[in-house]
Amino acid sequence: MRIAPGPRRLLAPALVGLAAVAVIIVPLPQPASDATARTVRIEAEDFAFSPAIVNVQRGDTVTLELVALDVVHGLHLDAYGVELTADPGQTARATFVADRPGTFTIRCTVPCGPLHPFMIGRLRVDPSDSLLRAAGLALLAVVFGGLLARARLGARAPISSAPA
Amino acid sequence: MTRYELTQTPLARAMFKSRWPQLALQLGLLAGLALVITAGLLGTPVGNRNFGIVMVWIAWWAALMLVAVPWLGRAWCSVCPLPLPGEWLQRGAILGPRGRGLGLNLRWPRRLRGLWVQNAAFVAVAVLSLPVLTQPRWTGFLLLGLVLAAVALSVIFERRAFCRYVCPVGGFIGLYAQVAPVEVRVRDAALCAGHTVKTCYTGSADGYGCPWNVFPGTLQANTYCGLCMECLRTCPYDNVAINLRPIGADLNRSGLRGLDEAFKAIVLLGSGLAYSAVLLGSWSEARAAAAAGGSRAWLVFALGFLSFVVVLIPAAFLIAVRLGLWWSRSRAASLQALRALSPALIPLGLSVWVAFSLSFLLANLSYVGPVLSDPLNLGWNLLGTAGVGWSPYGQSLFPWLTIGVLVVGLAWSSQRLGAIADELRVGGRLALPPQVVSLGLTIAVLWVLVG
Repeated sequence: MRIAPGPRRLLAPALVGLAAVAVIIVPLPQPASDATARTVRIEAEDFAFSPAIVNVQRGDTVTLELVALDVVHGLHLDAYGVELTADPGQTARATFVADRPGTFTIRCTVPCGPLHPFMIGRLRVDPSDSLLRAAGLALLAVVFGGLLARARLGARAPISSAPA
Repeated sequence: MTRYELTQTPLARAMFKSRWPQLALQLGLLAGLALVITAGLLGTPVGNRNFGIVMVWIAWWAALMLVAVPWLGRAWCSVCPLPLPGEWLQRGAILGPRGRGLGLNLRWPRRLRGLWVQNAAFVAVAVLSLPVLTQPRWTGFLLLGLVLAAVALSVIFERRAFCRYVCPVGGFIGLYAQVAPVEVRVRDAALCAGHTVKTCYTGSADGYGCPWNVFPGTLQANTYCGLCMECLRTCPYDNVAINLRPIGADLNRSGLRGLDEAFKAIVLLGSGLAYSAVLLGSWSEARAAAAAGGSRAWLVFALGFLSFVVVLIPAAFLIAVRLGLWWSRSRAASLQALRALSPALIPLGLSVWVAFSLSFLLANLSYVGPVLSDPLNLGWNLLGTAGVGWSPYGQSLFPWLTIGVLVVGLAWSSQRLGAIADELRVGGRLALPPQVVSLGLTIAVLWVLVG
C-alpha cells in the first residue's frame, strides 16, 4: 500500500509524538530495593542546608532532623507536606514515608537573612527517572525540530551573498 | 505572512496616537519607581519584606519575562519610567513637542553603536545580581544610578541613547521581543520611500522623530522598536500600523545578524543556565560567593561566571558551527555562519529564562501581598494582605511546566537551525552540531531545575 505524499510528510512527526508519549508513560525497569527506616540529619546554617541533597529509596520511612546552627530556620518539603521550624541549637523532627519517586525542593520557611529565598536543598527519592524522561523528551524535541525544518524546503541565497 | 492590523479602526488609531493613556501609565510607574528607590534606600534591610526588592525582582521581573516580553515585545519600554526624567529634560516638555529642551542633542558615537555596550552592561549587572536581588540598598542604588545615567545621556546625546545603546535590560528585551506577536510596521513602504520629509524620523508638530533612532519605513524586526507610538503620531499619511502577527515572525526573516546580536543571543542563553545554577541550584558555596559583592570569593565567582557566559558558551557554539561547516564541506567563514544561525537560539534562550522566572515566581509570589499592604514597613494593612505568610505555589506543577517550556523552546530552536542551514544551502549537517550543543544546555537546565 502506498501512502500519499501529504500524510507521509506527517508520518515522521507523528512517530516522534508517539515516542514522546512513550517516554512520558512507559515504566522503566526499576531495581529492587528493600524499604528501610532512615534518619537524616540536616544542618541549617548560613543560608545553606547540609547535606544539600538528601538521597532515599522509595518506600523508606524517613525521619528528617532539622538542626539550626546559627539562627532560626525552617524546612518546607512541599511534596510530602513536611513543615519544620528549629530554633538555634535545637532539633526539629518529622517522619514520612517516601512513597513518591522524584526530586523535590527543600526550602527554608523562616526569613533568616538576605539569602533566605535562595536557601534551597533537594530530596531525591530513587528510583527517580524524571531527569531521564525529561532528557528523552529534549532529544525528541531536537529530532522533531529537525524534521520540521526538512519538511520546509526552499533554499535562498548562499551564505557568501547574504546581506550583512 | 498573515497580519491583523489593530489600528485599522479610527477609534483604535486615535487611542494609540493619544499621549494621555501612555502618560497616565508612565506617571503611575514613575511614582512606583520613586517608591521602590525610597524603600530600597531607606526601608527595611530584610529583602523579602522590602517593597523595592519584592516588587522589582519578583513582581516586575515575572511580569516582564512571562507576559510582557514574549507576548507584547518592547511594550514595557514604551512605559518604562527609568528614562522619563531625562527625556522630559531633553525635550523641555512632558506631552507633545513644545518648548526648548536642555539637550545638547549630540549624535551617539559611531564606535559605540550596536549592542556591545548593552552586552557589557548586562554582564556587569549579572555578576552583581545576587547582592542586587537580596539587598534593598543595592537595588535602590542600581535603579537610582540607571535613572541618573539616563538623565546624563539624554542631556548630552540625542533621542533615547540610554535605552538604545546602554540599558542592560533593553538589549535583553529587544532580542526576545522578536518572538512577540505584536509589531509596529508601515503599511506601504513605497509611500515612505517617496515621502522626502520623513517626519517619522525627523519629527513634526504632532510628535518627535523616532526616539529609538530607527526609520520605520525599513523596520524589519522588533529589536530596536520601543513601541513608543511617535511614528503613528508623526506620519501624515497614517501609513504606520500596529499589527498582530504570528509568534516569532522576526525569526523567520533571512539574512545575517550583526555579531553583537549573535553574541547577545548566545550570552543570554548561557546566562539563563548560569543564573539557574547559582540562584536555584544546590550549590550554596557558589551562591554565598556571588552574594558577597566585592569580596575575593565574589571575584572568583565573577571570573567563573564571565568565563562561562562570555567565553565558554560562545566558544562551544563557534566550535559546533565550525564542525558543522567542516562536516558539510562548506568553505563559509565560521563567524559568518554563526551570525546567520544565531537567531535560532532565541526561542531556546527565552524558554530558559521563562523556566527560571517561573521557578522563582512560584516559590516567592506570596511575598507580594504583604509588601503591597505595607510598602514602607510602617505597620499598615492597606489591602488586608499584610499578614499573609510565605507559601510556595504550584510546586507539583512546576516540573512539568518547566519541561514543557524547555522542550518547546528547544524544538523551535532546532527547527530554526535546520531551516537556516537549509536557506544557506549548506544542508542539515551544519545544523546538527549546534543542535547537539543546544540539547546539552537544555539538559543542564533541566538537571538544575527539575533533576
